[in-house]
Amino acid sequence: MQNLSDHLAQGWHFVQSLWPEPLRLILFVAGIVAFVGANAAYLVWVERKGAGRFQRRPGPNEVGPAGLLQPVVDGLKLMSKQLIVPAGVDRVLFRGAPLLVMAPVLMSLAVVPFSASLAARNINVGLLMVFAFGSINVMAVMLGGWASRNKYAVISSARMVSQNVAYEIPMLLVVITMVMLTGTMNLNEIVQQQAGWFWHWNLFDWKHNPLAPVTFLIFYICMLAETNRAPFDMAEAESELVAGAYTEYAGMGFGVFFMAEYANILLGCSLATVLFLGGWQSPFGVLSGLVWFLAKMYFLIFTVVWIRWTFPRTQFYGLLNLSWKILIPVSLFTLVLSSALMKLLP
Amino acid sequence: MIKAIKEITFGFWSLVTGMRITIGQFFKPVVTVQYPHETLKIPARFRGHIELVRDPGTGKAICYACKLCERACPSDCITVDGVKLDGAKKKSVTSYHLDFTKCSLCGSCVEACRDGAIRYSREYNLASTNKDDFVIDLFRRLEEEAKSESHPAPAPSSTPAAAVTSPSTPADSPAK
Repeated sequence: MQNLSDHLAQGWHFVQSLWPEPLRLILFVAGIVAFVGANAAYLVWVERKGAGRFQRRPGPNEVGPAGLLQPVVDGLKLMSKQLIVPAGVDRVLFRGAPLLVMAPVLMSLAVVPFSASLAARNINVGLLMVFAFGSINVMAVMLGGWASRNKYAVISSARMVSQNVAYEIPMLLVVITMVMLTGTMNLNEIVQQQAGWFWHWNLFDWKHNPLAPVTFLIFYICMLAETNRAPFDMAEAESELVAGAYTEYAGMGFGVFFMAEYANILLGCSLATVLFLGGWQSPFGVLSGLVWFLAKMYFLIFTVVWIRWTFPRTQFYGLLNLSWKILIPVSLFTLVLSSALMKLLP
Repeated sequence: MIKAIKEITFGFWSLVTGMRITIGQFFKPVVTVQYPHETLKIPARFRGHIELVRDPGTGKAICYACKLCERACPSDCITVDGVKLDGAKKKSVTSYHLDFTKCSLCGSCVEACRDGAIRYSREYNLASTNKDDFVIDLFRRLEEEAKSESHPAPAPSSTPAAAVTSPSTPADSPAK
């Protein structure tokens, strides 16, 4: 008997010595999934409420106080709908696309430092990982559209791919500039470098990048285009393409695409916060923490909504012109300029 | 080159101006009327479907079933009937059916009436999934109105005519 309890205790110690890391990871995965889910649901509410306010109407206000239960009811509705797989679709790709579209965002959020100690993984190639996974998202939506066997979906997929190819370039050029300036791809370190008053943020790094605000703007515009948000939402232009690549998706299949869109916005805004707005650093150099990160990120997300309800959709050639004729040359120029300045003013 | 930069900065500035305008609107009060909770005041000369007018002295309908309105109606949607009661000088109306599915609210009946016995009502909540609800018995409607006035608590009724006669007329509802 004594022997058995000894063995059990030994076993327990062994498990305990193994557990901390996996347990922490599981908690983070659950946390990120919950965070993304809650955000996707409530960003829809923010979007609809914002749309209402921008048009001088109250927005959803019947379900719960200020319409706050609307996302819950919407979610229940989506989940209770029948999942229809239309005849003639590529079943595997059709069912797999929603998973493929959601997974990369969740993976990428693992490296985003929400505060000094709140990040699932502190990888020293975090930025690289985010952009590597970021490109899977487009491919997943394209596969979904292609597998749907629907004209609208195929046109939408084609648009999405050419749009994303066009906007990936200026975005990566901007990111290369930032990596050069900060000298690291570790998101945590990038934030730590921006400690102190707000003029230490990369957005106001006049010395090395006099065009830093322009760089930020390019990043933000590319983020809008990559997430297919208005005014760059040609891929799911309702008036032309019904629901674009998501036309054939019913119920939660569509819901997951929708969640992924908001999760991507969340990721893009978090990256903009980390790269340019000092992440969790407070603007006054004291009391830094999670609150500041969330405040900055949600402000950027609100701006996304603000832009959507201000500008009409651009035309497709306008979109490509903007990328190839303006954003890419300007971002190349900032890259060259800041590399020259870094050499001249070490 | 200079021209292109000018164009870009001007274009960007116009976008900023647009965003400034929309955020200005964001903080202004709501302009829409929250319909089921609040209604607009109905104009005095609103033309709803016609209704019978009561004689304020007797409380009965002024109409004596002369059928001028029935004849004036271009769509043939009015059916009036009346009887001559003992001792009365004129006939009195016993039924007045308005087939609102055909009525175009032209008002010829109101014009034709010599004694002001019919007028436009202020009824506008007329939506229904049942076609029979639009054949309105105006005489019964009048009697129910008289009853609800003498007894303040209106008795709910399931007749089709009552379906379009809400206890509180829209004119009484709070105006925005």
